[in-house]
Amino acid sequence: MRARQESRTGALALAVLACAAFAVLPWYWLDFSDTSHWGEYPVGPAGSALALGLTGKVWLLPFVLPLGLAVAGGMLPLGAPGRADRLVWAGGGGLAYGLVQGFALGLKGWNAAWLASLAGGPGPAQAGFGLGAAIVLAVFLLLLCRGLAERGWCRGDAFVVSSVGVVIALVGLFVFFPVGKILASAVQDNAGNFAPAQFLEKFLDESIWGLACVTGNLRCGVAWNTLLLGVLVGAGSTALGLAFALLATRGTVHGKKSLKILSVLPIITPPFVIGLALILLFGRSGVVSAGLSEWFGIPRSRWIYGLPGVLIAQLLAFTPIAYLVLVGVVQGISPSLEEASQTLRASRWTTFRTVTLPLLRPGLANAFLLGFVESLADFGNPLVLGGNFEVLSTKIFFAVVGAATDQGRATVLSIVLLIFTLGAFWVQQAWLGRRTYTTVTGKGDSGVPPPLPKGVAIACWGVALPWALFTVVIYALILVGGFVQALGRDYTPTLNHYVTAFRIDTSDGGFRFAGSAWNSFFATVEVAAMAAPLTAAIGLLTGWLLTRQTFSGKRAFEFGTLLSFAIPGTVVGVSYILAFNVPPIEITGTGLILVICFVFRNMPVGVRSGIATLSQIDKSLDEASLTLGARSATTLRLVLMPLLKPAILAALVYAFVRAMTAVSAVIFLVTAQYNMATTYIVGRVEAGEFGLAIAYASVLIVIMLAAILFIEFIVGERRLGRRGAAGVPVAAGG
Amino acid sequence: MGKAPASVEFRNVSKRYGAVTAVDNVNFTIEPGTLLTLLGPSGCGKTTTLRLIAGLEMASEGSITIGGRDVTLLSAADRDVSMVFQSYALFPHMNVLDNVAYGPTVQGLPKAKAHEMAMEKLRLVGLAGLEKRAPSELSGGQQQRVAVARALVLEPQVLLFDEPLSNLDAKLRRRVREEIRELQLGLNLTVAYVTHDQEEALAVSDRIIVMSNARIAQSGTPRELYEQPASLFVADFIGDANIVDATITALHGERAQVQLGPVQLDLPHRGAGMGAVKLAIRPDALQLGDAPGGLAGTVAKAAYLGRQWEYTITTAVGDLFVVDRGRAAARMLGSPVQVALEQAGMVVLRLE
Repeated sequence: MRARQESRTGALALAVLACAAFAVLPWYWLDFSDTSHWGEYPVGPAGSALALGLTGKVWLLPFVLPLGLAVAGGMLPLGAPGRADRLVWAGGGGLAYGLVQGFALGLKGWNAAWLASLAGGPGPAQAGFGLGAAIVLAVFLLLLCRGLAERGWCRGDAFVVSSVGVVIALVGLFVFFPVGKILASAVQDNAGNFAPAQFLEKFLDESIWGLACVTGNLRCGVAWNTLLLGVLVGAGSTALGLAFALLATRGTVHGKKSLKILSVLPIITPPFVIGLALILLFGRSGVVSAGLSEWFGIPRSRWIYGLPGVLIAQLLAFTPIAYLVLVGVVQGISPSLEEASQTLRASRWTTFRTVTLPLLRPGLANAFLLGFVESLADFGNPLVLGGNFEVLSTKIFFAVVGAATDQGRATVLSIVLLIFTLGAFWVQQAWLGRRTYTTVTGKGDSGVPPPLPKGVAIACWGVALPWALFTVVIYALILVGGFVQALGRDYTPTLNHYVTAFRIDTSDGGFRFAGSAWNSFFATVEVAAMAAPLTAAIGLLTGWLLTRQTFSGKRAFEFGTLLSFAIPGTVVGVSYILAFNVPPIEITGTGLILVICFVFRNMPVGVRSGIATLSQIDKSLDEASLTLGARSATTLRLVLMPLLKPAILAALVYAFVRAMTAVSAVIFLVTAQYNMATTYIVGRVEAGEFGLAIAYASVLIVIMLAAILFIEFIVGERRLGRRGAAGVPVAAGG
Repeated sequence: MGKAPASVEFRNVSKRYGAVTAVDNVNFTIEPGTLLTLLGPSGCGKTTTLRLIAGLEMASEGSITIGGRDVTLLSAADRDVSMVFQSYALFPHMNVLDNVAYGPTVQGLPKAKAHEMAMEKLRLVGLAGLEKRAPSELSGGQQQRVAVARALVLEPQVLLFDEPLSNLDAKLRRRVREEIRELQLGLNLTVAYVTHDQEEALAVSDRIIVMSNARIAQSGTPRELYEQPASLFVADFIGDANIVDATITALHGERAQVQLGPVQLDLPHRGAGMGAVKLAIRPDALQLGDAPGGLAGTVAKAAYLGRQWEYTITTAVGDLFVVDRGRAAARMLGSPVQVALEQAGMVVLRLE
């Protein structure tokens, strides 16, 4: 029989590791660069749980029980009665107790008033989980999974159960826990007491739902603004995307390659850069405004600030997403259907109207919903261009960081935004999920799609051509803008902006990165480079679990992993502040929280990319490997990983690029030490240093374009199209 | 082969997916060194049964024993069973040798030893010299042999075949199935074999289990199944059969007087009582002629297949499918004909 020694000693090794961590490693969160904590070791801030437990923090001592049970279970031979039960009880019990004591006792003692009154006193205090706690709790989780596997879960495969357990724990901790925290804090007053009435009052506030603009000259509630913008952007981007998609697939275009570039743009463009370019064109001192006032005497105005500006910026930003969705749907229509219609003597126009358009309906609805959700989640453009036109995402931001800080208000606004986006997400999943008229079958289809009817073709060109030109102008402006003194005022060519941002000082013999942007640039690259492999690994592992394994609750698991995509970045930012600013998990202000934030916001990209590739790999390859004695981990490594290389590479680069362009969530989480490129640029825009901002932005765009071209080169050209066709909401919120 | 072949035993095994039962309380034994075929229409549970042996599916109930050892809870990697997949499942990123050496490699054997074992099996299936090729550079038949060599390399106690011939063209199928049978007899292997093709099943098997709707409809040797079908389903599934209504008018001992339209027959009653029964008539038990005495009918359809003619004859007891190997001369559509009945190809079936 094949060796099973490994899994037996594995559990024991884990248990011993946990014991060591419990006895030796610092239990609480610690700044390792500050060595002064180590003076009192093994007690003091760097103390181990065992030492601290024996010297007053008695609530740490009960961990000895599950640890002992785990060692006892691990020492039994595999299959011995009671072994699996012991592991399950040790893992589950230890994990549960760890979380309970962590959440019950905070920096100021008992975390809840009822606990304090029950215990009669403020109670002992403790800091957040540190290295020791993290290892011990992780081991408990793995032991629980091993025990469950030995009880026969997931065909007795410890690796699968552990993967499911770890992904659930991570998604629970970094997606559901923060969102839950927002919901919970909404029904509390600022002192932490349960106050649902106050929530209702805030929720129904006039400033959110007011309809004053319909009846008078006053402003409407921010919720209506947001919805109006979302609907306009959804409809507009769908119409534009359809025009482009029809031309790309049915038109007689020779420039199809350039349309492909259009589809790459939203991925590599930081979301507010379009808004910035619009200011430089149409702002009071913009290029166009200046020209108009000089030559035609049209006075400069601030019309771009407000609904028109945000609308144009978002249309520019999200039309490519609609295009990606629709081009997949248009290609998915079997030409035979249209040929059938034509052989039944329908004219081209009748065929288009009665066959093509109805088949596109689900795609159109999908594109609309995506545009709607993207608009709701967008933060950068309304921030830069909004003026007096306020939307939920910016309102949330100012409720947190503005002069009138009101965390309760921020959570209420977050909930409104969350309801909108999750509602749209739900509609998309529940209603549209079942309504894709897939007409592509496994059978070969030798039909040729008919050309567009003349009227439709002219309409498409009429819409698409000016729009494409406009896009070209915008991007040209972004690239050129960094090389002149000040767009709209002074067109003297200069390298000043680049020098200010990216100067390298070699005067004293060595290299010194003296430019003002280097700091944030390196921090961004560092964080993105750390987040990318983790995102790809967790995403692909989840994709593998979803396509290759069966376990109970799989659908909920899938929904949970994709949910993080539907949560707007601003809401994520607020929720992370609420959840991770206090023990037991106190990581705000560190680079770690930025990495975690990126990993879980971008994970669905990895999941989708993994699912797409895995569903093309015959499942019997895995099974052949299993029957030849390879465990699932070995199978994953030797059989699937080599075949998944393109997906791995794609997930890596997308995770990297998206981490570099994100702004909405991280703007809440950055610190002076870990400033990100995007937030630095936003800061420059707010300070009016447009030249510097645009120079920095174009550097980012060029770097990421190079990254995308690199994977295009390695992976081959289908990747981007499939991503879009799969209906992935690209670049949600940024 | 080092190891003695092992038996496989299913005791009250069921497999459920939610409300759907894929395998319903199945019991059987595969004797060591024999080839057992699981036969049935698609969706009958035969592939699930095979995957239960492999450990790719876990039984919801019951126990599975291989070589006297309970493996019900063991995962596929821990069972001493190999499988040849319908799609062959050759790893596309490895060459032929690495594919075959995969099993010993993941067992932790040194590379040289693994390659040596792989070469031995490649020689056995007649593929020596092709070991450096990629699977995609081989023909379908060669790929199939690589899959067999890969399954054999660990010298498993039990070898499983999941519709191994379905991706081969008709001519090759016959040759490959003979090779599989030769290999099984030569190496004295215990084999479980899944197919939906009854002819293939009859040709290769020691025993056949016919499955229908997640249950075993009948099990036995190929001859037992063909000549003594236990049910309408089996009679219809194994070989072609005309199922017609008949009546038992008298019983005497083992035999019964059966009335089929105007014709009286003397057949074994096989447990059927007086009254209405069904009669399964093999197409080759019917002989077309012009002399009166059989069933009178007219030719409704005729098809020429080279070796034989296939006719559909409309008679008083219903349409009969007849295979005529005798004469080359065609019978015209609509012409009258007499159908003579040969008792050897007929069985009485109780009504269900």
